[in-house]
Parts: sequence; structure tokens; C-alpha cells
Amino acid sequence: MLSYVIRRLGLMVLTLFGVSIAIFLLLRIVPGNIADILFDSAGLVDPAEKAKIVHDLGLDQSLPVQYWHWISGLMQGDLGYSYVSEKPVAEEILPRIPITARLAGLALFFAVVTGVPLGVISAVKQNTWLDYVLRITSLSGLSLPSFWLGLLILMAFVHYFGSIPIYDRTPDSFGALVVMLGVPAAAVGFRSSALIMRLTRSSMLEVLRQDYVRTARSKGLPERAITFDHALRNAVLPVITVIGVETAFLFGGLIVTETVFNIPGVARFLVEAIRWRDYPMVQNLVMFIALVVVTVNLIVDLAYMLVDPRIRYGE
Amino acid sequence: MDRPRAKQSPARAACDHLKQIGRAVARLAIAGTLTLPFLAVSTATIAHAQKQGGVLRVTHRDNPPSASIHEEATISTDMPFMAVFNNLVVFDPNSKQDRLDQIVPELATEWQWSADGRDLTFKLRDGVKWHDGKPFTSADVKCTWDIVSGKVDGKMRKNPRKPWFINLREITTNGDREVTFHLKDPQPSFLAMLAGGFSPVYPCHVPAAQMRTHPIGTGPFKFAEFRQNESIKLVRNPDYWKPGKPYLDGIEYTIIPNRATMVLALEAGKFDLSFTGELTPELVKDAQAQAPQLQCVVQPSNTQGNLVVNRDKPPFDDARIRKAMALAIDRKAFSDILSHGVDQIGGAMLPPPEGLWGWSPEFRETVPGYSADVEHSRAEGRKLMQEAGYGPDKPLQIKVSTRNIALYRDAAVILIDHLKSVYIQGELEPLDSSVWYARLARKDYTVGMNVQGTGIDDPDVMFFENYTCGSERNYTGYCNRDVEAMFHRQSMMTDIDARRKLVWEIDKTLQEDGARPVIYHEKGGTCWWPQVKGLKLAVNSIYNRWRFEDVWLDR
Repeated sequence: MLSYVIRRLGLMVLTLFGVSIAIFLLLRIVPGNIADILFDSAGLVDPAEKAKIVHDLGLDQSLPVQYWHWISGLMQGDLGYSYVSEKPVAEEILPRIPITARLAGLALFFAVVTGVPLGVISAVKQNTWLDYVLRITSLSGLSLPSFWLGLLILMAFVHYFGSIPIYDRTPDSFGALVVMLGVPAAAVGFRSSALIMRLTRSSMLEVLRQDYVRTARSKGLPERAITFDHALRNAVLPVITVIGVETAFLFGGLIVTETVFNIPGVARFLVEAIRWRDYPMVQNLVMFIALVVVTVNLIVDLAYMLVDPRIRYGE
Repeated sequence: MDRPRAKQSPARAACDHLKQIGRAVARLAIAGTLTLPFLAVSTATIAHAQKQGGVLRVTHRDNPPSASIHEEATISTDMPFMAVFNNLVVFDPNSKQDRLDQIVPELATEWQWSADGRDLTFKLRDGVKWHDGKPFTSADVKCTWDIVSGKVDGKMRKNPRKPWFINLREITTNGDREVTFHLKDPQPSFLAMLAGGFSPVYPCHVPAAQMRTHPIGTGPFKFAEFRQNESIKLVRNPDYWKPGKPYLDGIEYTIIPNRATMVLALEAGKFDLSFTGELTPELVKDAQAQAPQLQCVVQPSNTQGNLVVNRDKPPFDDARIRKAMALAIDRKAFSDILSHGVDQIGGAMLPPPEGLWGWSPEFRETVPGYSADVEHSRAEGRKLMQEAGYGPDKPLQIKVSTRNIALYRDAAVILIDHLKSVYIQGELEPLDSSVWYARLARKDYTVGMNVQGTGIDDPDVMFFENYTCGSERNYTGYCNRDVEAMFHRQSMMTDIDARRKLVWEIDKTLQEDGARPVIYHEKGGTCWWPQVKGLKLAVNSIYNRWRFEDVWLDR
């Protein structure tokens, strides 16, 4: 087990190294740099002023030198300075991480507490009206674009309640947090919930047909115990995988929700940083998201062992 | 029959005169005694009418590139940060139009032109302090314009207003309270350039890098916080040199890039004021239908759509082709499609009634390509194209480059459609914003659809910035020394009516030469809730009225 974890940690470092190379090169392949964008806002380009900016920011150095400056700084905890705000990158990124983490956490919570039970119900009540309703609902969740759903929710709030659930201040309590982020979390969690529900249903349907379930039923066990203690525990493995994937997605892929609900989170900030070709900001944000993804993957793999004792790593 | 009057002696007449004066004074004293209490009440009412306190909540359309007004040319920076600063002079906030003859002092108490119109001397206000407590002096004025005019390296990243001040020879100070701008040639509009929102006085002692992130000014509001992509906060300057002002405790801008969210938030009353010009005429209608109490104006946004043609690249070095392209444009169709007919039609200068220098409708009809009979113009264009060797069987194939954002792209698509009428087949080339201006600057394009803004409704700003030989913003490379001489001539004129006539002729020549055919002047909407009082916008500029010192909230 320990050797497995050490091996996975080694692989994580290798993966992050690969990501760092990829994002560094990809950013420089994209046309234009910060100097171009700065002049874009001024509507003109002065070649001398542009050359000065490029030189001051070290963008006229060779790519290996630029990469080394960034990665060596990162190793020492120095993320550099934003080209746009001219503030330390850490100072810009750190306040945004909790916002996205809370939104993603709430969305995931919503997705799991609705997706898993509804998937179980849908499987147990297969081909009944309830199953059909749940299946149509889950299909809607997968089909509705989240920006459309988000705007629809905002319009409904303005029309019926005369207020709008957008992020306009830092919540000072858990209750305020739920009130402020609850609606966007539900909007974005609806899609994840639909995905989890459909997977739970199909997985449960397969397990419910297994011999040991029939045996448990013939032994006279209550249906509730069969469903939750025997079937769900065996059906939940692929669901955990999807939850892991969704967690990673929610951390970096909330751009639409953050834009529609005006939430100053990581994803919106990342897109703006890309638009500005703010290399230090983009590179470090992508590395952070990559770190979250590989960590969540490791946790999911380790969680398999807890759920299914038959799984053993490194033996 | 009247009796003839006896002739009065001079002494008697003087005595009578004194008596009359005495009676008049007595009447005035009685009247004053009677009216003073009313005047006092009236003054008190006015004083109480403007309530102190409250934070004005404003939407913002995007993340400003920086907080330094002198380094930017966008309303995204100008609107939120103008309240941090003061100018030497400003356009009279009580005037409907920003105009040269309606300028009032701000950090200057008075100004005077020399007899030859080449020296402009300002007396400066006493007792003004920067937000960090240091005193404001003439040295600050001198160093600001030494940097902006490019005479001194002030470590600014960009200096977009440098072309405005090419006529500035030198700035001298006389003690701490007097400063003189010495010009190469007389230029009455120089004062207008100092009165605009893009001309604040900067503190000498604060480095440019800090001004980009934490600006220090003398204005009614102090900078408090600028969170990238999130918000900008200003707080009341309690030591503002205008006693009792500002009325607001602060101003908070929330950056909402999504227009739909912004409109919904405004309708829900989450904000008091929308970002200026950010609402399309259609959105204004919708917002007022949803929230009838909203007060909205649709006014020129000082941006114009224009056709840029690289006259150095064959076959566009042929004047006939350039003229044919200009004749193909149906400006009314642009306005109808893009804004339901709200956008205005004009030359380089903003058309009346909002604009001061634009053509009258009668004059406009005399300009080739502006006639209501578009088919006639297009027939003429086709004839020119045929002379140049093109026709229905041999159309000219071109790429129409533009920025890949809706404002530009939509107009480019209409342009491509119009060019078909003169045997030109266009293909849209949408370019990322990061490469658009770089390509324009390198003249690495053939035909483009461009949208540009102008800080002040003044011919000097428009002509020198965009049409002089070698100017950085002269994207088409248009260079006509005769026209340039006319630029200088109008710039020196003091008679406004005579100057306007010359400006019309210059503008007509620019359009005839196809320097940069102007297609439409855009309009945008601004809305606010009735609790916002004292907001006075100018009809011909969105850049100059954001001091907010007279604005108050009646919640």
C-alpha cells in the first residue's frame, strides 16, 4: 500500500512536470502577448513602448530561460507577478480558490445527495412512471446548457422575488454562503447530478440482477437492506470514479456558472488571464488545477479500497 | 397741455440725484429685509436637499487594464478612476455639451492666454493636498505634461495621448502657484484637451507603477481597492478642497462582464447606475419595460465604425477602387441593422445635434456617398471598378479583417454584403484582439472594419490623432500635406463659426479621399434609478463627467 502511494506520488510529479511544459509552450504558441493586449486597450501600438514592455517583462529571453525562471521560482514558492495587476500572483490567486472550492463543494454535495438516491430509486422502480420521470429529468440535466439554465434562474428570481442571486460580497457566515452560492451550485450541480443519477441507475440495475442479491432476497432480508447494504455498495464503484472526475471538472470548468452568476472564482479569472496573456497567472493557475485533478484521482483510487475490500494495491 | 419745466441748477440737480439714490437704497434695504429670511430658507432648503452619505453602486463592463488614466484610452479606466483626480480645468458640468466655450476652473483658479495665443498661464488653487497628504504644486502640473507630451520618461507603459500635445513646446512654472504652457502655434482647443477626463493632474512624487495599481489624486474620492475582475472601490475624501463635497460616502463598481446578468441585476435594484453607454438601445427599452422607474439616456458613445483600406497595397493603391468601396456603403442600412436606426450618420466629426463640429444634414447631402440615393452612388462605384478592370465576371477578391468581437464582426459582415454591389467579393477574417492593432500598426492588412473612440468632441483631437502623416493611429497611412495644412489652420482659429465651416470642408475632403470612410456613429444607453441625483451627462462625450462630486443618493 505504502509503495503504491509512493509510486503514485512519483507519477503525480511527472504528470505535473508534463503539464508545466505543455502549458508553458501552448501559451507561447497562441498569437499575441501582454504587450499586444495592453496596446489593444489603448487602440494603438508604439513599437518602442512595446519593445520596452517586452524587455521589462523578460519576454525577449529564450524560452528555456523563461521556463527556468518560472519553474525555479515555483519550486521556491515564488509564483511571480501578474503582468496586468503587477501584484504577486499568489496574492491574486489565493482569495479566489476558497470561492471556487465552496461553489464546487456545494455543487458536488447537491449532485451526490440528489443523484445517488434518485439513481437508486430509478433502478428499483425500473419502467414505472417514476423511473420515466427521473430519466427524463436526468436527460434534461445533461442536455440543458448551463448558461441558459443559469440565466433562466436569474430571470425567474428577478421576476418573482425582485432580487438576484449573484455574488456581490464575501459571505460572512455559513448561512450567508449557502444563500449566496446555493442557487449557482444547484444550477451547475444539476448536470453532475444527472450524470451521477444515470450511472447509479445503470450500475444498480446490473447489480440487482446478480445471484447474491437473489440469494439475499430468498433469505428473506428486507428490501431496504438488500438495496442499500448489498446492491448499492457494489454498484457505487463507478459512481465514485465519476464523482472524482466531476470534482476535477468543477474546479476548473465553472467558467459559465461563474460568469452568469458573476462569481469571482478561479475559472473566470483563468479565462481573463488567458485573454490578457498574463503568463505567470495562467501558468500557476493551470498548475494549481492540475494539482487538484491528480490529487483527487489519487484519493478516488484509494477510496476504492475502502468501499470494496477485495481491491488491494501493491500486492 | 403740460407746463414747461423750469431749468434746474446743477447743484439742485445733484441734490435731487442724491435723494433718488437715497430712496433707492432705502427701498432696497426694505426689500432686502423682507426677502432675506426667504433667501435664507431657500439656501437652507438647497443645502438640505443634497443628502450626505450612501455608497453609489455601479456596474462595470470589464476589467480595466490599469487604474492609470494617462496610460489608457478606454472608458473602462476613465469612468471609475476619474473621481480620484482633478484637472486644471473641466467642461462645465452644468452644460449639456462639452464645449470649448463652457470650461470652468478646477485646480486652476483662473487662466489667461498671451496676446499671440501661444502661452496659456494658469493660477493654481491654494491649500490643495494629494490623498497622501502632500501639497499640490505647479511642479505636479509640469511633470504631468512633461511625461504625457513625451519630454520626460515617466516610466509609463503606454502614452496614448502623446499626439494630443504635439503642439506643446514647453511648460514653465513661476513659484508653486503658477504654471504656463508654451505652445508652438496658437491652439484654442488646447484648453479643451486639458478639460477632458483623460487629462488629470498626476502627483510628481508617486511612481507610474503605483499609479497603475493604487492611484493618488486630489479628487473627491480616494482609491480604496481594485480587485481584478471583481470590483473597484472608492471612498469619500474628507479633506476635499471643495467644502461639503462629495456627498457620497463611496462608489463601488462591480465588474459584470455578462451583459444579460448586468441588466437583470440593474432591474433587480442591485445597482444604482449602469456603466455608461453599455446598454444597446434595445436593452434600454427592455430594461425600462421591466423596471419603468429606471431613468435612461441613449447618447453617442464617441465611437465610430469606419472602413480602413491599406492604400499602399495593390490594387488598393488605385484611388478608383478605394472610392468605389466608399460609394458602396449604405450607411442607413448599417444604422438600421445594427441599432434599429439609432446610430447616426456623419463624417469624422460627431453629427449634430449632439456633436458640435459635424456636418449639418444639408451639407451632408453634398458629400459623395452620403446621398440618400444609394443606388446612384453604387452605379458610380461600379463604373469606377469597371474602369479599374473589374466587373461582374471578374470580381475583386479581398479579405475583410476585423476584431473577433461582435461589435466589429457584425459590421464587417454588412460591409462585405455592401461591397458585392461594386464587384468586390469579400471574405471575413476575424482576428484575435491581441493581433488586431498590431496588424493595423504594421499595415499588415488590405481591407478592415474598424471601430474607434475619441476622447473629446474636438477637431484637433480627431484630425491630429487619426489623419496626420505618420501618426500612430493613422492606420490607413493617409497623408495629404494640403489637408494637413488645413488641420493646422483650423486649429489656430478662434472664431468658432468660421472654424466649423473649415472643419466641414476638411471632413468632406477626408471622406472624398477615402482616408477612412466613416460608416456610423454609435449610440449607447446608460440607466440609473431615481434615487441617483445630481448626475449630469454630456450629450457629446462619455469621457468627461465622472467626478461624482455633485451626485447624491436619495434612498
